[in-house]
Amino acid sequence: MSAPSDAPPTALSTRAIARARRKKSLQRFARAFFQQRAGVAGLGILLVFIVLAISAPLLFSREMLDITQTLGNESLEGPNGTFWLGTDENGRSVLAVLVWGARASLIVGLAASLISMVLGTLIGVGSGHYQGFVGSLLQRLTDWFLVIPFIPLVVVLAAVLGQRGLGTIVLVLGVTSWPGTARLVRAQTLSVEGRPYLERAKVLGDSDWQQMTKHVLPNVMPLVLANTTLTVAIVILSETTLAFLGLGDPFLDSWGTMLDKATGAGAASTGAWWYLLPPGLCVILVVLAFTLIGRTLEVVLNPRLGVSDR
Amino acid sequence: MAVEATVAPAASDPADERRVRGPRGGGLGRFIGYRLLAGLGTLLFVLLFNFFLFRMLPGDPAARYRGVRSINPEDLDRIRDELTAPLPEQFIAYLKDPLALDGISSWKGQPVWDLVSGRAWPTIVLLGTTTVVAVVIGVWVGIKAGWNRGGRFDKVSTAVTLLFYATPEFWLGLLLILFFSTGIGFLPGIFPSGGVIDSGLEPLSFAGIGSIAEHTVLPATALAAVYLAEYSLIMRASMVDELGQDYLMTARAKGMMDRLVRRRHAVPNASLPTITLIFLNIGFIIGGAITVETVFSYPGLGLLTFEAVSEQDYVLMQALFLVFTGSVIVFNIVADILIAVIDPRIRT
Repeated sequence: MSAPSDAPPTALSTRAIARARRKKSLQRFARAFFQQRAGVAGLGILLVFIVLAISAPLLFSREMLDITQTLGNESLEGPNGTFWLGTDENGRSVLAVLVWGARASLIVGLAASLISMVLGTLIGVGSGHYQGFVGSLLQRLTDWFLVIPFIPLVVVLAAVLGQRGLGTIVLVLGVTSWPGTARLVRAQTLSVEGRPYLERAKVLGDSDWQQMTKHVLPNVMPLVLANTTLTVAIVILSETTLAFLGLGDPFLDSWGTMLDKATGAGAASTGAWWYLLPPGLCVILVVLAFTLIGRTLEVVLNPRLGVSDR
Repeated sequence: MAVEATVAPAASDPADERRVRGPRGGGLGRFIGYRLLAGLGTLLFVLLFNFFLFRMLPGDPAARYRGVRSINPEDLDRIRDELTAPLPEQFIAYLKDPLALDGISSWKGQPVWDLVSGRAWPTIVLLGTTTVVAVVIGVWVGIKAGWNRGGRFDKVSTAVTLLFYATPEFWLGLLLILFFSTGIGFLPGIFPSGGVIDSGLEPLSFAGIGSIAEHTVLPATALAAVYLAEYSLIMRASMVDELGQDYLMTARAKGMMDRLVRRRHAVPNASLPTITLIFLNIGFIIGGAITVETVFSYPGLGLLTFEAVSEQDYVLMQALFLVFTGSVIVFNIVADILIAVIDPRIRT
């Protein structure tokens, strides 16, 4: 901490003041977050899966997923010394597919949530900021999309789009999951719009774009991040559902695809629990991790609780 | 102005007068009117959306009917004419008959609405059972957890509900089949793993209802376990919101028993968000029904959706999508009106 009385007042530029304030509030935020056990637990679980996803090629070579390379192995074999979690119907190691599946599920979850976040923020800020036709049109659009049941929409959209690659799945989940974010952002935007500094910005002649990016967005962003964390959880669950219904990328081994193939191979009726349990448990853990982090972020950032940066 | 109004209750401000007279009749009626109008707008949007969604399909739409033997040539010609017309013409035709009442399934060659109506009752049974079970258990857990926030029951139940919240419902269904239909270890497989009723039984007979119940236990459990989490989390949150309210203090100061304070004062006020959620959740439960019915081969609309998707029967998909969306819209309106009837503060 510098002593303000020693330094001449001009030495501190506005930018430096802003930076110092931001750093301080970030520290306060981190302290508040780490006081919440649930959030820390979620972060811990997530880190484990991120490390697994990154180090997948080091743990199991890509060949282990290639069906043509595993013909020699017995199919649907129970756990043993070589295959800790047994084998699938093609004789592949369930553990290897599982670890590679972490990649697929996390990539889809994060990428689709990013699309959803951008769309939701743009539409939410726009509908809160613009009065009149544009604003009410965007608000209507949000309300309409909120009503459409999510999973049927995702299923139909994926079915209609036909060719199924990673990109299609990400797009389908991204363009369908934004309305919740948009509604939240709109509410927050409306509350920011009523504050005096926005009136000042308007009077000083800031353009709509400047008002939105310089004043509204920084105030909305923390809530958006908390909300996006929760969106990741929903998106990962939905990807699992899509893949399970056979609408996933057939060449991508996600946890949902594993469950689809396990059902196709009759794992539930033949008692092949080693093929059925692990992918489901991984989905639960990752979704739980994102949910815990998101809920903790909401608690920490909730203005009503007075820990946020104002 | 506001101060003046509180000092002199008989203020002649017309707005105040209206408030004093109470919104009982006109307020509620107007609210319902607005709500129905908004619902109609949503429905129009969905119809529009539905049109363009299913026009994004690549390829010759009529070619999908080629493999269907049971379809007669006149119908096929009619379908081809309809599907290859210019987009504006198609749109006008669509507006004349948005529900595609004479739509033919490319998978079965039957009218789609016959297929849909034949499959509706199992889904209604399943979703009805699920909702009742999930609401009763979820609300009970939420009340108990929220009232003693931070207690042991709260900690355990919140952890368990969050765990279920993160569970894919169809995976839970698969596990239930593994444990209770196939049987594993010492567990005998006692429940059927597919269908909704044993063949040959009349659905409305005594044995028929028993058979339906037997077939519905596992899928309903899978769905209810996942969705009760949301009810209990919301109920808990709104109980916690009520905890610090003055009226609870007043009730306690009267010497009311804690149990009664909870039941008579806190719970009714905290129930409102949950009531809304019960109806709003129908959309999510429908999503769950698609996978769970598929897992259990439960012949409802969810399984039909899966079949439509795997058979690439877009006419059937379109009809199902309309049914799902339409029912969600209706339930949304019902929820809003119900809340307005219960809580006069909402009517504005």
